Amino acid sequence: MRWIRRHLLGVVAVLVLVYLFIPIAVVAVLSFNKPEGKYNTSWNRFSLDGWTNICGVPGVCDSFMISVRIGIVSTLVATVLGTMIAFALVRYRFRGRSSTNLLIFLPMATPEVVMGASLLALFLNLRFPLGEITIVIAHIMFIISFVVVTVKARLQGMDPRLEEAARDLYAGPRAAFRYVTLPLVAPGIAGAALLGFALSFDDFIISFFNAGTVVTFPIYIWGAAQRGIPVQVNALATLVFVVALLIVLISQFIGSRRRKALANEISQNPATIDALLPKS
Amino acid sequence: MVAVLPSTGTTSGVVAQRKSRTGYFLLIPGMTWLAIFFAIPFVTLFLTSLQAPVEGQSGQYVPAFQISNYSDALTEYWPQFLRSFVYAGIATALALLIAYPLAYFIAFKAGRWRALMLVLVIAPSFASFLLRTYAWKTILSDEGFITSFFNYLHLLPDDRILNTGIAVIAGLTYNFLPFMILPLYAALERIDPRLMEASNDLYASAFTTFRRITWPLSLPGVVAGTLLTFIPATGDYINAALLGSTQDRMIGNVIQTNFIQFRDYPTASALSFVLMLAILSLVFIYIRRAGTEDLV
Repeated sequence: MRWIRRHLLGVVAVLVLVYLFIPIAVVAVLSFNKPEGKYNTSWNRFSLDGWTNICGVPGVCDSFMISVRIGIVSTLVATVLGTMIAFALVRYRFRGRSSTNLLIFLPMATPEVVMGASLLALFLNLRFPLGEITIVIAHIMFIISFVVVTVKARLQGMDPRLEEAARDLYAGPRAAFRYVTLPLVAPGIAGAALLGFALSFDDFIISFFNAGTVVTFPIYIWGAAQRGIPVQVNALATLVFVVALLIVLISQFIGSRRRKALANEISQNPATIDALLPKS
Repeated sequence: MVAVLPSTGTTSGVVAQRKSRTGYFLLIPGMTWLAIFFAIPFVTLFLTSLQAPVEGQSGQYVPAFQISNYSDALTEYWPQFLRSFVYAGIATALALLIAYPLAYFIAFKAGRWRALMLVLVIAPSFASFLLRTYAWKTILSDEGFITSFFNYLHLLPDDRILNTGIAVIAGLTYNFLPFMILPLYAALERIDPRLMEASNDLYASAFTTFRRITWPLSLPGVVAGTLLTFIPATGDYINAALLGSTQDRMIGNVIQTNFIQFRDYPTASALSFVLMLAILSLVFIYIRRAGTEDLV
């Protein structure tokens, strides 16, 4: 009893984390199910059908590949555009700063249904044909803001003395950017790209408004929800979840190993720190 | 060449901000994209919301100035509007209650587990939003453990959870929880723990320390998290469509069906525009308190 009282906060925190994963556990467990009838919502008996024949139902893997393609293209464009904006915000002075901030923030604060509807209104009025291109246009639009926020945070957290040190050592602005700034910001840019891809890959509402007849993976699931979601969808979603989680955990692990190695180096040989700091 | 705004100096650390054309060169491509595909669509949305139907041709509209589209849409759909704000409001309050202990734990007590716990907060979004919502159908089903438990206590007005407003609120609370946890954590993490220790040393009880020190200092996170949860929850229609009955439809469902199924573009646009105005006013209240620099 006393143990519980002392660790109450920790117990609650762990329970909340467990709560976050309950539906995912349900999705994963039901991927091994052999549903009775067409709706895969309750456990019937064990089966590997979903996993051994993952593309067995028409449309599942096609829609999956369309979502991957849309995700890659939108993420590439949005990451470049968003990174440029982040550099401008942190490193340059310009006119119209607060309206710029507002135009970057608003896409994150607008309900998706409003963005989807207004973009569809634009395309309809221009008689622009709906399809993969309109989905990509929409995805780039809403990913940019998230890239700006992520890269900007990384840039602001960077020790400016590292760049000054490079300049003191006669590196030109280009060399300082190429060999100091870019490698330091790169993890932020990579993180932003990962986030962007995840947002694009999982987007349903905005895509649905602007898809025309194109069926992305979430649109496929939406349609299947009415007539019964095949177990293959559960298997694919579980696979995506595990792979994404592994990528993030491994990159975290490598990052902390590197920091530890540097800390060790400095504690054993304090002179290293002089090499890292600029001359005053 | 460039007029310097007074606020610019505070935005970055020690690096001097440069005045040069390069800044504009970096800004223009991305901002143009946002202007064309985010800002201008609101103008077309507004124009569409005033269009009038062509006699005898469904789905065809001509430019007009039919303000009555707004009053017609609101008279017909005010219950869904109200329901959206009520459901989203309850879900936001519940999310704040659930998120605060976890955010507090990660910020002050997690130690070397901090990075891992943050990953675990984001990780659920790697699994499909639609499938996670659909999974609540299984968890809250009529034969399920949770429904039986609440029925045993006679707490459910309809003897069930699925296909009622309770399921919709439960789904909204779950789906937008990470948007509450992360800003709360960011605000809590900035608090100097010595302030709490000092309050302790001065014989304040744990509750007083929380009420007078921790809670007020975490308010920026509370405000940001509330906005980031309430706004998407108000516009969401996936939870209402998958977990609720036709009596629990929210404004997002109405906008979607009117736009895509009925092709009643003016009504759907008018409803979207009103929803956007309601949310913009919330955002502007926030900006008046906090300024634009903390937004992004």
